[in-house]
Order: sequence, then C-alpha cells, then structure tokens
Amino acid sequence: MALLELSGVTKEFGAIRALSDVSFTIQPGEVVGLMGDNGAGKSTLVKIISGIYQPTAGTLHFSGSRAHIHSPGEARRLGIETVYQDLALADNLTAAENIFLGRELKRQIGPLRFLRHAAMNARAAELFAELKSETRADDYVRQMSGGQRQAVAIARTRLSDAKLILMDEPTAAISVRQVAEVLNLIHRLKEAGIAVILISHRMPDVFAVCERVIVMRRGTKVADKAITASSPEEVTALITGAKEAA
Amino acid sequence: MTDTHATTFTNVGRTRFWQRGFLASQSAYVLAALILLIIVMSFLSPNFLTSGNVSNITRNFSFIAIATLGITLVIITGGIDLSVGSTIALAATITSLTMNGLNTAEFYPFAGSALLISLVAGLSAAAAVGLFNGVAIAKLKLSPFVTTLGTLSMVRGLVYVATQGRGTFPAGPDKELFLAVTAGKFGEVPVAFFYLIICAAIMWVALNHTAWGKHVFAIGSNENAGRLTGVAVDRVKIQVYVLCSLAAGVNGIIISGWLGSAPANLATAYELTIIAAAVIGGANLAGGVGGAAGAIIGCILIEVIRNGLVLARVDPYWQQTLVGAIIVAAVLVDRLRSSRNG
Repeated sequence: MALLELSGVTKEFGAIRALSDVSFTIQPGEVVGLMGDNGAGKSTLVKIISGIYQPTAGTLHFSGSRAHIHSPGEARRLGIETVYQDLALADNLTAAENIFLGRELKRQIGPLRFLRHAAMNARAAELFAELKSETRADDYVRQMSGGQRQAVAIARTRLSDAKLILMDEPTAAISVRQVAEVLNLIHRLKEAGIAVILISHRMPDVFAVCERVIVMRRGTKVADKAITASSPEEVTALITGAKEAA
Repeated sequence: MTDTHATTFTNVGRTRFWQRGFLASQSAYVLAALILLIIVMSFLSPNFLTSGNVSNITRNFSFIAIATLGITLVIITGGIDLSVGSTIALAATITSLTMNGLNTAEFYPFAGSALLISLVAGLSAAAAVGLFNGVAIAKLKLSPFVTTLGTLSMVRGLVYVATQGRGTFPAGPDKELFLAVTAGKFGEVPVAFFYLIICAAIMWVALNHTAWGKHVFAIGSNENAGRLTGVAVDRVKIQVYVLCSLAAGVNGIIISGWLGSAPANLATAYELTIIAAAVIGGANLAGGVGGAAGAIIGCILIEVIRNGLVLARVDPYWQQTLVGAIIVAAVLVDRLRSSRNG
C-alpha cells in the first residue's frame, strides 16, 4: 500500500495555474527526489502535502485513506513532517525550544503547567546524537552554523513518529561539508524506514540519496522514474524542457 | 556515501557563563550603569539615599513600571502599543466615574463593594482597548503602530467626552479604601511597589517557564515559524495586547489614587516614557528579546536620573535630553557588543 498518493492535484492562484493534474505515489521508506526549475511548482506541491495550501482540485490519500490536510498541525498528526526551505526556526530560542515549539513537554503543578526544560534538553540531545550532529540542545539558534540549523530543523521532524518527511531545498545555502552531513541524515532516516521527499536544485544530492526522481516543469509532472534508469543529463534536459517527457 | 561525517567541531567552544543568559543581555549592562549612577549620586547628594527619597523614587517608577512590563510583552512579539498612556487615563477615569455613579445611586451592598465594582469596571475598559488592538493587529493584520496610534487618539477622546474634559475624582463610601490600596504604604514602601514585584514575578515565570512564554518569544523572532509549528500566533498576540492594556489600566488606577483625581489629560505622552523604559531595559523593538527584570531596570534608571537632576539642582528640563541620550547609548552598547560576539 502506498504511503502517500496524489491524484489529479491542481492548484490555482487566481489566474495562475501553479500545478496542473499532478499524480504520484510514495512508498513507505522510499527516498524520492523532486526536481524542477524555479516556478515549476515544487514548493507549491510541498505546501499542499504539508497542509499550508489546499488543492483547487484532486485528492490526497495517506496510508490508504482519504486525507484532508487543512493545516500544518493536521499534517503532523498524520505523520508528515516538513523541513522548510527557510528552516522555520526562531533565532532567539534554543535548539531544544525550537524542536519542541508548539508541543512542549510540561509538568502540571496545580492548575498551571510549567516547562520541563531538563527533559526537553535531554531529548533534544538524544536526537542530535542519533543524527550524529555536533549541536548542543541549550545553544541559541542564532549562534549556529548553517549545518547546525539544518540539524535542528531535521531533529524537529524526528520528535514524533514521522512516516514521511518533506525537505525543501535542505542543501541550498550550506557548505560542502554540511551538505555531506545532511545527505547522511537522509540516509539515516531511510534506514529508520521513513519516507523522504527531497526537493532540490542540486543534481549530485538527488543522485546520491534518492531511489526515484520526479521532475516538474511549469506545474506538470514530466518524469517519474528510478534513479538507476536515468542520468543527470536526462534530468537536466527534462528540467529545461530540452526533453519533453520520460 | 560512507559514514565518516560524524563531525566534531573542535573550533567550537562552549560559550562562557557571562556570554549567556542574563549576564550577556543589555539589561545587565544597564543594571551596571544604574548601580554606578546610584553610587555616584550618593556621593554627590547626601539626600539621595535617605529613606524618604528612596521611597519617593520607588513610588515614582512604580507608576510606569507595571505598564512597562505589559508593553515589554508586546515588544517581545515584535509589536508596539502607543495607546498605553490613553489607556492609563481611561482606566483611571472609568474607575472614578463608577465610584461616583455607585455613590449617587447609593448602591453599596457590602463593605468594599463600590471599590471592587469600580476596579472591575476600570480594568474591563482597559482590557477592551487591548482586545480591540489585538484583534485589529492579529486578525485584521493591521500594523501595530498605526492601529495603536489610532486607539491612542480614540481612547483619549473618549476620556474627554466622558468627563467633559474636566476629569473626575474618586468619591463615595470606599474612597478611603481606594486611596489606601493605591497610594498607601507599608512602612516606607509604597504598595504600588508590591504590585509591581508580584506582576514582575508572574511575568518572569510565564516568559521563562511556560509554553506560552516561549510562544511569545517565537512570534517575535520568526512569526512564520511559529505558525508552521502549530503555535496559536493570533491568540497569543491578542492575549499580549490585552495584558499590556490591563497593565496600563492597573497603573492608571494607582496613579489616580496617588493624585486623588483622574484628570482627563492624565498620563498624556506617557507612552513615550514607557516605551523608552522598556527599550533602555533591553527589549528589542525588532522583537524576540526582552524580560521583566529589564523593564524594571529601565524604569528605575529613568527615575533615578530625573530624581538625581532635581537633587543636583540641575534644570529639570535636561531630563528629557538625558533620557533620549541614554536610549541611544543603551542601544549602541548592545549593538557594539553583539557585533563583537558575532
């Protein structure tokens, strides 16, 4: 049974048709690359799956049942976590506070509920250890490097029992060494049986970690094939439109 | 891809204790400046540290400090509330009018009832202003500056309308009780100071040890991140504006108790002093930074300067100039420090 199934998803913003009739499936534990040029509709697609936008037409099925994902909170409840392109981190909070933002651990004292700082820091430290990232739970995010910030954003997706993680350009603005770290993290997610949709501009990243690649152009899906059956040259041709479909 | 990327950043050290938390904040620098100023003043004027003068200073900064706590919350979320001065006047006026009304109607079911009803009325009026601001800003997405500039004028206008511009006086069977709970003293310590300490303690706990507090900071640092992670951004914003107006209302009632009246022009332009105190104390107008301790330190600093200039027989008109210079200096020191720390 497919983990996520999109059929005929269309999204219009006024006169602009950002997505038209997009269908694909994601299997449990599968790492799929989603590629396309600027304006191809990648981010719109991600935002529909993570509950920020509602499709104008078309349906989503998650774990076999019809899903109406009307908010990021609803997506989380289903087991869909997202690493946003801008990471969605609050600079003036610590790594642990960011990870637990919106789902803090609390201790009830009378009618009041107070934060369990130690427990949250310990859990965050555990997550960073799992991700093999040198990031301290009680450091402020504003002091962190690009790779560490990425680790915080990814650790946040590991807090609950996620089944699908969407990553929007996780390697866009970080150093070579940090890119390697992030790709390693994706490998570890896959080992843990978690499906990943990797949105990226960077061909080498997609070919390093993905099993399948979906190519978008001008709001439509132009290719959906196994990485082993494709090549960076073919994907480039599909993205630019030199090759119509594959 | 091999598994050798478990990197260790040997060049990343642990930040030292003085580079983190309160000691690294602007509030700490301003506190140091305040202590220095108090030492200098105590040498310059023998009257400065007398119990009478300290009591005076305590009462005077308590007049604006509770409102400063409130506006600090708003500033942490990245907003601003220019209507606090008018809200101070509104709460004082409504409280006073209600006391008068109950007196005229001879409605006095039990001892203290007139006071209780009047306080509830005054604070409800203040909360209504905050609710208006909060809904306009959070739900209608109006700019906080423009919205509260509007309420500044609207609320002040209402106060003039309600009193025909003449102001009001607390009256009735609970007048003495009203004066005691607002302008009274425990020994040499004004009661207003105790209210301030209680409010500050609650605010400190709320900001540092509750999920709500973290949401306030998150909204100020990255509102969109808050939304995406399921923080009830709109609700928290509305709550913050209501709390700010309530704090201003409490201050208004205290001031009117000390004055023994609620003139229609009460607290005109106080919003600027209150914002100045919050900013000097370390609240960052860009959002995400601020705290209860800083707000109080800012208020004390402004009052000590004012008081010091009077004792030193300096023309009191210099006060405004100095307060302005200190705002710039405080922000400048913070800027230099953060650019050094990267």
